[in-house]
Amino acid sequence: MPEMIDPSIIALYVFVLACFIGYWVVWGVTPSLHTPLVALTNAISGIVLIGALLVAGDPNAGILVQLIGFIAVLLASINVFGGFLVTHRMLSMFKKKK
Amino acid sequence: MEFTVNHQALAYLVAAVLFILGLKGLTHPSTARRGNLYAMLGMLLAIVATLLGRDVQAYGFIIAGIAGGAVIGVIVALRIQMTAMPQLVAALHSFVGLAAVLVGIGTFLHKQDAGLLNAVLMGEISAGVVIGAITFTGSIIAFGKLQGLLTGAPVKFAGQHLLNAVLALATIALAVYFAMSGSILALLLMTMLALTLGVTLIIPIGGADMPVIISMLNSYSGWAAAATGFTLHNDLLIIIGALVGCSGAILSFIMCKAMNRSIINVVFGGFGSDGNSGASAGAQAAEKGVKSAAIEDAVYWMEDANRVIIVPGYGMAVAQAQHSLKELMELLEARGVEVKFAIHPVAGRMPGHMNVLLAEADIPYDRVLEMDEINPEFPSTDVVLVVGANDVVNPAAKEDKSSPIYGMPILEAGRARQVYFLKRSMRPGYSGVDNLLFYQDNTSLVFGDAKDTIDGMNNALKGSGH
Repeated sequence: MPEMIDPSIIALYVFVLACFIGYWVVWGVTPSLHTPLVALTNAISGIVLIGALLVAGDPNAGILVQLIGFIAVLLASINVFGGFLVTHRMLSMFKKKK
Repeated sequence: MEFTVNHQALAYLVAAVLFILGLKGLTHPSTARRGNLYAMLGMLLAIVATLLGRDVQAYGFIIAGIAGGAVIGVIVALRIQMTAMPQLVAALHSFVGLAAVLVGIGTFLHKQDAGLLNAVLMGEISAGVVIGAITFTGSIIAFGKLQGLLTGAPVKFAGQHLLNAVLALATIALAVYFAMSGSILALLLMTMLALTLGVTLIIPIGGADMPVIISMLNSYSGWAAAATGFTLHNDLLIIIGALVGCSGAILSFIMCKAMNRSIINVVFGGFGSDGNSGASAGAQAAEKGVKSAAIEDAVYWMEDANRVIIVPGYGMAVAQAQHSLKELMELLEARGVEVKFAIHPVAGRMPGHMNVLLAEADIPYDRVLEMDEINPEFPSTDVVLVVGANDVVNPAAKEDKSSPIYGMPILEAGRARQVYFLKRSMRPGYSGVDNLLFYQDNTSLVFGDAKDTIDGMNNALKGSGH
């Protein structure tokens, strides 16, 4: 059996490379859309919802863990729904001259 | 067919690509809405793929949580005023922070029961919990300041930096101890300290430095998500966390550069605390006095102008004057006057704040220009109307080396033929620095509420009927 790389190292690879992608993509964002950028990144940081689902979703975890998971799901969902909708509202207002 | 971890990982990969394309869409207003849609699809895919996975077996709490979050989120997003966007963003950041803390603690309890704890995992849990906790309380303080529940002025006390340093070191020490021992007491104590640190870090920062703080907390919320991804070995969380973290960091950098200050200076020092400038050029100019003008004077110059540039600031947001400005733009354009808007990167309370308010008032985005684009146009401009802005047009930033804002890039409004300042009072801007532009020969001040003044201009323009 060949020696395996620690999964945490792989995760570090993913993290560092994603930082580079983020760097290049975000520098391309036009300054006039910086508020929608904050709102959109805020909505997508609601991705912690995935983590919350894993905590809340194990029926054998005990009621305390599930309750903690429930609150996390609730908070992250407010972010996801509120964040995307408010971003949409803002972006709909940016119009060219008719 | 069974939905395996490999299927889930592939779905996450597609979701990550959709999120990246979503951010890429914000390169231009014409593609931005499609970008938002891509990001929504990415989120939907990520949620469905997680729910289908083997780790999620109980759905009661999840359905209740998502349904409750959806209702609250939709109501808030539909009701919120555009001027209150900075507060909303701060509040939402705090939710991400708290969710990250809860996921960290929940994961610890879960893995403890299953006997799956190890030092690396607990180190990762510590990172997620600490960053999440700082984001949580820091964002609540930012929200309080923006909403006017707390004083917007910097709150300072002796030994502040020492206290922060001690808190930070103690938090790190507890994190190390927790990773070695797995003590839940250490985890909770560490969380408490990090929560306190979030308060003490943000409380000394003044309301006008909010664009940097909002960007920084945006960044933290990303790093918190990424740390949670490390804890759960979830690559999607790591990727998205990194994207958001970078985005906030870049915005912080842009905002700091636009104020000619370092991030260290914003985080650890209030404005104007770098010593006394003595009898500056501002004090000398003050003896010359300022000229005040009536609405009619400004209208007289504007209606026959070739080009008028409007410089909005936070005062425009406070007075809700954007809709009146739209009308003014139309009335002037009907007379053949070219009207443009000039935006300084730190105008308002968050990055891009003014652009959103002008867009809300239906002002076309191709009339709204950034500092570097519009600065060459001021010398050939007949009238500049400064609406609730101050420091961003202050020539002291270029001329007065003793000024705390020296070196900050400004909108060169003073180069226009006439400058009209719409001001409520003679109070200086947030930096506490007197504005040299007030005393220039081509500058006049129009006192009063910005919205009332502009409505007055609109009425005068309607009345004069060419």
